[in-house]
Order: sequence, then C-alpha cells, then structure tokens
Amino acid sequence: MELDTVIRVCMGPAGIAAGGKQVIEAFRAALGASGLRADIREHCSSHQVGCLGLCARDVLVEVHRNGSKTVYQYVKPDMVERIIAEHIVGGAPVKEWLVDEAYEAFYRKQRKVVLADCGRIDPEDIAAYEATGGYDHARDVLKTWSPDEVIEEMKMSGLRGRGGAGFPTGLKWELGRKARGDVKYIVCNADEGDPGAFMDRAVIEGNPHSVIEGMIIGAYAINANHGYVYIRAEYPLAVDRLRRALDQARAKGYLGKGIFGSSFDFDIKVKLGAGAFVCGEETALIASIEGQRGMPRPKPPFPVNRGLWQKPTVINNVETLANVPSIIRHGCAWYSSYGTEKSKGTKVFALTGKIKNPGLIEVPMGISLREIIEEIGGGIEGGKALKAVQTGGPSGGCIPASMLDIPVDYESLAKVGSIVGSGGMIVLDEDNCMVNMAQYFVTFTQAESCGKCVPCRVGTKRLLESLQRITSGQGKDGDIEHLEELAAGIKSLSLCGLGQTAPNPVLSTLKYFREEYEAHIRDKKCPAKVCKHLLVYSINAEQCKACGACLRACPSGAVSGEKKKPHRIDASKCVKCGACFEVCKFKAVNRE
Amino acid sequence: MNETLEQILSKYRANGGNVISLLQETQDAFGYIPREAVQFFSDELGIAPSRFYGVATFYAQFRLKPLGKHKITACCGTACHVRGADRLISGIEKELHLEGTEDTTSDGEVTFEKVACLGFCSFAPIVLVDGAVHGKATTDIVLKEIKALRKS
Repeated sequence: MELDTVIRVCMGPAGIAAGGKQVIEAFRAALGASGLRADIREHCSSHQVGCLGLCARDVLVEVHRNGSKTVYQYVKPDMVERIIAEHIVGGAPVKEWLVDEAYEAFYRKQRKVVLADCGRIDPEDIAAYEATGGYDHARDVLKTWSPDEVIEEMKMSGLRGRGGAGFPTGLKWELGRKARGDVKYIVCNADEGDPGAFMDRAVIEGNPHSVIEGMIIGAYAINANHGYVYIRAEYPLAVDRLRRALDQARAKGYLGKGIFGSSFDFDIKVKLGAGAFVCGEETALIASIEGQRGMPRPKPPFPVNRGLWQKPTVINNVETLANVPSIIRHGCAWYSSYGTEKSKGTKVFALTGKIKNPGLIEVPMGISLREIIEEIGGGIEGGKALKAVQTGGPSGGCIPASMLDIPVDYESLAKVGSIVGSGGMIVLDEDNCMVNMAQYFVTFTQAESCGKCVPCRVGTKRLLESLQRITSGQGKDGDIEHLEELAAGIKSLSLCGLGQTAPNPVLSTLKYFREEYEAHIRDKKCPAKVCKHLLVYSINAEQCKACGACLRACPSGAVSGEKKKPHRIDASKCVKCGACFEVCKFKAVNRE
Repeated sequence: MNETLEQILSKYRANGGNVISLLQETQDAFGYIPREAVQFFSDELGIAPSRFYGVATFYAQFRLKPLGKHKITACCGTACHVRGADRLISGIEKELHLEGTEDTTSDGEVTFEKVACLGFCSFAPIVLVDGAVHGKATTDIVLKEIKALRKS
C-alpha cells in the first residue's frame, strides 16, 4: 500500500504556548513505535511549521494524505494516539476533533503572499524552503537581472514599507543605489516594538529564509555587501531560527563571498535589540546597532545617504523584505493586482482583542474592516457589542464601530485619524473604556520617549498626567481643550515619529468618543466601568445569600457580615479591586 | 568573574568595543550587570563608566541588580491590557509584597518583570512562570503557581 502522509504541527508563538512541542513529540513517538505497520512508519512524516494563523484554535494539526488536507484543532498530546489509530492507520478522520466552519471562514477572504509558505514548510530546514522554489529567484536575479531592473520591478509592483510609514520600497532602493559610498548597508528592521503585534515574529519564525532572500535581492539592487538584522531579544525562538537559517544559507554559498557563484559578496549579521520602542525609528536603530543609546537625530541627512557608521544605509521592515521574492517570482503585475490604486499588495495583521477568532491574517489592501472583523474574525466574542478597532498601536488611533465599512489601506485609515502601522489590529468591545485606552498608549509612549527633545519628553508626561487625573476622578472643565492643545504641540514639534504620533490615540478617541471623556470629567463616571477610581461597589441585600465569598475575597477588610445576614461594603475601606464582584455567584454585588 | 569578562571582551576588543553587545553578553553570563563588570570594561577600553550606565539604563533589557531564583514575567501588551492584565499584575505584586519600583522579593527568591509584548496575543493575558507560558491567565492560577514555586 502506497502512503504519502505529512503531518504538520503548528509551532507559531501561540502553537508553542498551547503545547505544540508536546504534540509533535507525541506524534514522533507514536509514529516511531514498533507496533505501527512498517509501511506507515516509512511513508508518514511529521514536522513543525510556523504559524498556521488561527491561533485561537491552537494547537492546530494538519494531516495531508493522498492530496487531501484535514485539520484538527485544540490538539493535546493525549489525542495523538487516537488520530493515528483511526485516521492514519484506519483512514477515517476523528470527526469530533476537526475544525468547524469558522476555520473555513477565517481563510476565505485571506490572500497569502508573505505567509504563503509560513505554516507549510519546516522553518528550520533550508531544503524545505528550496523545495518551494526558494532562493531560485535570488539566483536568477544575480545572474540575469541588472540592479536597475530589480528596482524598476519593485517600483512597478507598488510595494510600500510595511513597518508603518508606507514609503515606496522601489524608490528607497533607487535612492540607496544612487547614494555615493564605497561601503553600503542593508538593514532589516525586526524590532517589533508595537505592543499587541506579532507579525514580524511570525514571519521570521515561520519562514526566515524568505526574509534572507529578500535581503539578498535588495543588497544586490543597492550594491550593499553587508547586511544586519536588528531583532528583538525578547523573541528568542525567532532569533534562534534566524541564526540557524543564516548558517544554512552560508553553508550553501548563498551568503558570503561570491554568492550563487557570482562575483557579488554579501553577508548578514544579527544584532539583538535591547528593548526600546524608539529603536524602530531609523536613526535610533542605527545608533543602537553602533552600540549607543538609541536616540534619533534630525533628518536630513537621511540614512540612505548617511546611515550606519556614516555610510549609505537602506532599512526595510521584515514583512517588506519577505514580499520581495514573491514579487520577483510572479512579477510586479501579479503583485499590484492585489490592493487599491495607491496601496498595492497584501498586508499581514495580528488580529487580537475581543474577537472570536484571534490570529495572524493576511488580506489584500482595500478589504473592508467589516470583512476582517465579522467574516475572518467571526465577530465579537461573548455576544458583546463592538466599540472600536485600534490599529497602528501607540502611533495609531481607534476607528469607531460606525465606520466599519471603510477600506483598510494607507490612505483610508489616515483619513479617519488612524494608520495601518506595522499591523496590530486590536478589537475593543463595550467593556473597554476609551479614555483608559488612550491612557494606556500614552503611558507606553511616555515611558519609551528617549528624552532627547522637550516636546516629546515633557509633553507626553503632561499628557499622561492629565489623563491620569481624568480617569481617577480629578478631571475638571477645560481638560479636553488642554489635551487638544498639548497634543497639537507634541505632534508638530517633536523630533521623530515617536513623538509626532504619540498623541494620536488621544486625538482619535477624543474625536469619536468625546462623550466618554465628558462622563469621566463632569459626572465622574466611567461608562464602561473600567476606571476603578470612579466605581462604587455595594451589595444588594435582597440578592445576597450571605455565603461569605466576598468577605473572604476582600483584601482590605471592607466587607462585613455574619452568617445568614446580608453582607455590606464599607466604602471608606474599599480599595475598588473588584474581587467581591468577581467571586459573587448570585450577582449581588453592584458596580456603578 | 574577570576570566569571563576577559572572554567577553576579547570578541569585541578589535573594533573598540560595542557597548550594547558587551552588556548583553555580561547579562547573559551573570543575570545582571555587576558594577565590577562595568569598571573592568571601562579600564580595559578607556570608555567612561557613565557611557556603560547610560546605555544600560536606556534599554529595558538591562538590569543592575541580581535576578531572583525564579522569574515571573507579565505581558503588558495591548491585547493583554484589554483583557485585564492590570488586575493580574496588581494581584501578583500584592502576593510578592512588591512596592514602588522593586521587582525582586526581599528574600531574593522571585523577580517579577513586566514587558511590552511577548507576541502571544491570541492567548491574552499572558504570564510566564520561569519561562513556561500561561495563556488566558487568571490571578488564581498564577498565584497558585507562584506559591508552588516558593515552596519548592
């Protein structure tokens, strides 16, 4: 009997968190067991793959058998034996463990370019990447293309920087090519500092060779012999897989002297970021690679003319570079067939927050926000109402539920006061307070402000103090105007992108959720019941069963009561932690 | 200690010493940046100690105090925030009796770190206990883990 079975176990960030490692070990052990028929042992392989996307259902396991694919969700090691016995040996999938319709819906509207092989190939094996045609394009480019032809192809494709600003990649490379200098650098920015986003991490962990191949093609186009990948130290698995991939590419002669047998030398070094959000800014990133404090400097001169060690330097984001091999392979016309007039191609988003199916998605530019939230994401979890979608992280803004039909592209998001950014997309429901969200982001940017320029250093501090006052019940008339004035100053006067965009979360929530600010300031109420200083807890005597749960849970001794008598809360002792509210099974604790 | 430091320095001496790389490797070796290490590099390279401290205090990765035996890491990313990371964090801090900017218990047993984003957003909120990922973490479960750690 001829069997050709491949088992793919998701080992993306979420797959590992859900126990992917134990699952693949269980498969390997079970498949290697002596009790199994020899023909199955020989013709069935199991391997790890990068993120399969629908992280909410992890561990996901795909079984490819005789050309058809079956997907299991929520797989645990103890389920493996039955899957092998009934499906691999018996030929009948274990129906109750298979993915449901939500899985189909999750993928229906997605278009995978960057993530095409992520989740299909073993990221730790260069042969797996080569089997998909990997490195053929870089080889082809080096042998038969001129650098100008590469740049032209990139320009025609319409690819724009995926790190946030959206600068056209072809143009950047052209400037890099024209820049004068004996030594040039290409840098891959993998310092994914945006909290709530894991796209770059997933790409590097799932298909590191695509980034390396993109860098090789870029290096050839601008004539750089040295490359750096600046990657977060907080992503140990990504760092490990990247280093492994670089070693394998070097061993094959794809990096080093005279790569692919040409006369072109190119090699890549890994630099670990040390944890500073501002290092996503190009000049700060350069300072950090040089071993200094990551502080930005005024531009011009731009890095493309004077960058790393004062030499011309082109800096591209991970996702941007991972797009490059596909563009070379399928042509610029194919790539630009996706997307809108000004925003071409696809974009990877980390869809998270209060959504039914959180995960890693890749969609054509111009898809509506509604399609992403309702169809791909399956809507809001727990039957709650959608309030807003936050995009672009600390530099972006909140898009209210009423604007769900806008297309997702650079221009449309900018028009409503947000940005595409690096691709974080956080869904907020009625239980999220928008003033609290603004405060959260400003807390982050204030802490990450490098302190070099006054508008950002002092401005974000004052902005945060005002927000803290408002959420703790100390808001006063004129606060909103004060926030707007401060925000305008910080935006127009800050040195770099961090400060220039830091007020965006405040401005966009003020624009669409002004009444929430007013409720905090005038009525001293938090409509979403999040800001704890504005909440009052009390016990409804009629519903209280005097079980004592709240009394035991209260950390400050504010609850008093005896057996069989309704308990009560002493407001002067209450620290508003909400412990009583959470433990009460009879909904007798009121929170207002 | 000097032997280890000499080994680290030998890799970077040729190009004048990359301060970040030196500090990263020192922290890998000792778990923090000891004062003596900074003095050693400073003497050997002729770079003022203030340059090292300037870099060490700029980046979130570096710590100037020793790590506890166990490490709890809470994610403060946006996805975790909207799913109630705040309450989780204050619960952990209370359990460990940490106040202000302290991050290690007085007995040196447990260090509690808060980081920007770990990238496990789909399972928010996230807490790592000695590197093991706890997704959709609740205060109860995490506190139980911490108590078990301290007993062991």
